[in-house]
Amino acid sequence: MPAPGSAAALPVAAGEHTGALHHIWAIAKRELGGYFASPVAYIFIVIFLVLIGFFTFNVGRFFLRNEASLNSFFMWHPWLYLFLVPAVGMRLWAEERRVGTIELLLTMPVTAWQAIVGKFLASWLFLGLALALTFPMIITVAYLGNPDAGAVFCGYLGSFLLAGAYLSVGSMTSAMTRNQVISFILSVVGCLFLVLAGWPPVTDALTWAPAWLLDLVASFSVMPHFESFQRGVLDLRDVVYFALVMVFCLFTTGVIIRSHRAG
Amino acid sequence: MIKVENLVKAFGPKLAVNGVSFSVERGEVLGFLGPNGAGKSTTMRMITGFMPPTAGRVSVGGHDLAEHPIAAKRLIGYLPENAPAYTDMTVWGFLNFAAELRGLRGEAKRRAVMRAIEICFLDSVVHQSVDTLSKGYRHRTCFAQSIIHDPPVLILDEPTDGLDPNQKHEVRTLIRRMGQTKAIVFSTHILEEVDAACTRAIIIDRGQIVANGTPAELRQRSELAGAVAVSVQDTPASTVNQKLRELPTVKRTLVLREQPDVLIRAYPRAGGRNGELQASIYELAVRERWRLLELRTEEGRLDEVFRSITLPDTTRTVNETATP
Ligand SMILES: Nc1ncnc2c1ncn2[C@@H]1O[C@H](COP(=O)(O)OP(=O)(O)OP(=O)(O)O)[C@@H](O)[C@H]1O
Ligand SMILES: [Mg+2]
Repeated sequence: MPAPGSAAALPVAAGEHTGALHHIWAIAKRELGGYFASPVAYIFIVIFLVLIGFFTFNVGRFFLRNEASLNSFFMWHPWLYLFLVPAVGMRLWAEERRVGTIELLLTMPVTAWQAIVGKFLASWLFLGLALALTFPMIITVAYLGNPDAGAVFCGYLGSFLLAGAYLSVGSMTSAMTRNQVISFILSVVGCLFLVLAGWPPVTDALTWAPAWLLDLVASFSVMPHFESFQRGVLDLRDVVYFALVMVFCLFTTGVIIRSHRAG
Repeated sequence: MIKVENLVKAFGPKLAVNGVSFSVERGEVLGFLGPNGAGKSTTMRMITGFMPPTAGRVSVGGHDLAEHPIAAKRLIGYLPENAPAYTDMTVWGFLNFAAELRGLRGEAKRRAVMRAIEICFLDSVVHQSVDTLSKGYRHRTCFAQSIIHDPPVLILDEPTDGLDPNQKHEVRTLIRRMGQTKAIVFSTHILEEVDAACTRAIIIDRGQIVANGTPAELRQRSELAGAVAVSVQDTPASTVNQKLRELPTVKRTLVLREQPDVLIRAYPRAGGRNGELQASIYELAVRERWRLLELRTEEGRLDEVFRSITLPDTTRTVNETATP
């Protein structure tokens, strides 16, 4: 740290720090308001609930399993999110660039990362709300048997983190283009990679590859981490994994946005 | 307040802005003129910190945009080209959001929003959604956003675009009034606005400044500036023209009208003093006993200056594209 100047810069930095949360919250609030200003948010929530119900009860044969757990509920999340989360994330930056409001947002006295985090948090909260609305599942299970409360909590936490990881991929692809459809497709592909990289049917088929390579690719996968949550294990390493995916993708979002502006 | 030094912006191999320098102080309104694609918006985007320059420096209120962007951005109000606004919000929500990001809270925020609504005549659409606004109202909403925190520096990219004549007038008056205490840069394609609102104007062409001065100074660069229009009754045009050409102060003449009275424009020789030409023509008219109807020194016109500075280049690019 150079001595001159740093003293003068300190009060400003402190002031900005206290303002950061305020800015993030203002941006997130606006974004959330944007979701509910149109029927899209309600349609999304209904579709999500209907699909998750259909898979859990009709495909997953929830009642026939005769067990007081939510396994047949959570097992569908990585696949359902694969399409639903990119649908939420695709407009994050693509829309902002298409309409030109990104020019307003980034010339305000906020840093790019405040804007990125604020917008991300809004969509994540929205997904969290959709997830929370599946609470009748908990009631059903509690009614049918005696589920392990810790396991249910872990399952929900894992699902929420998974949604966040997918969403961060969506944020990244959304910054790449001003076309929401392209953003959606790229994001589905990116999330698919995260799922398939460590999915046994895929890794088993790749017997020709050296083990170290398989392990490396598999270590990128969300599946082992997600599954350990579903087993009711709260391992710090799994939480760190999801956090790392999000931090990496949001950081890349920032790099992409900066590169666009650099021309 | 605004200091721009040797600003360069390259998009790939193309230089959109090429070595632009100027500064604007409080109390100044700088008009930014130039043909389409000259680099006006790109320059403004660099001043507001939206785009980093390829080379050069911008500082606002003493804060370098590259080193202290947040401190600099606090001082700036910006109306981007095409006035973007969040379409899923109401005007009220949008202005509140802008005020919040500007660090205003509570009562201060409410007062700032009310003030901006009043200044921009938005009361009738406060609770309307932005995407149902007419173009002019959307423009005014975005303009309101730029002045919400009463910034000392205003960067306005075509602020009167899409406004009706009354609103254009209002905005010009507003710019001139705010310009007494703020540093304002605004771009426009309407040359009357330069006279109506600017203390100084810059003409930029293909990324470079080609003229910089007060509106009066720029007008002086017009060929017309200093020419004298003479209108005479009951004397044949050829005679008047002949006599005028014989004057040592006259470089050349142009007969504008022969009927019902003669109207001739006389251009001064280079280096002729102010008023010298007009005086000599007056003496000639007295000597010849012409019935003089009018004798007027032309001021020069901005559109002519603009054309003469920027047209050659435009025609050249047109030719270039026409012949593959
Ligand atoms: N993001 C970009 N990528 C590539 N080229 C760009 C980009 N933005 C601007 N340009 C180019 O830079 C040049 C200057 O554009 P700019 O928008 O600054 O012009 P302008 O003076 O504002 O024109 P107008 O009067 O039409 O608004 C143009 O040739 C334009 O095509
Ligand atoms: Mg422009």
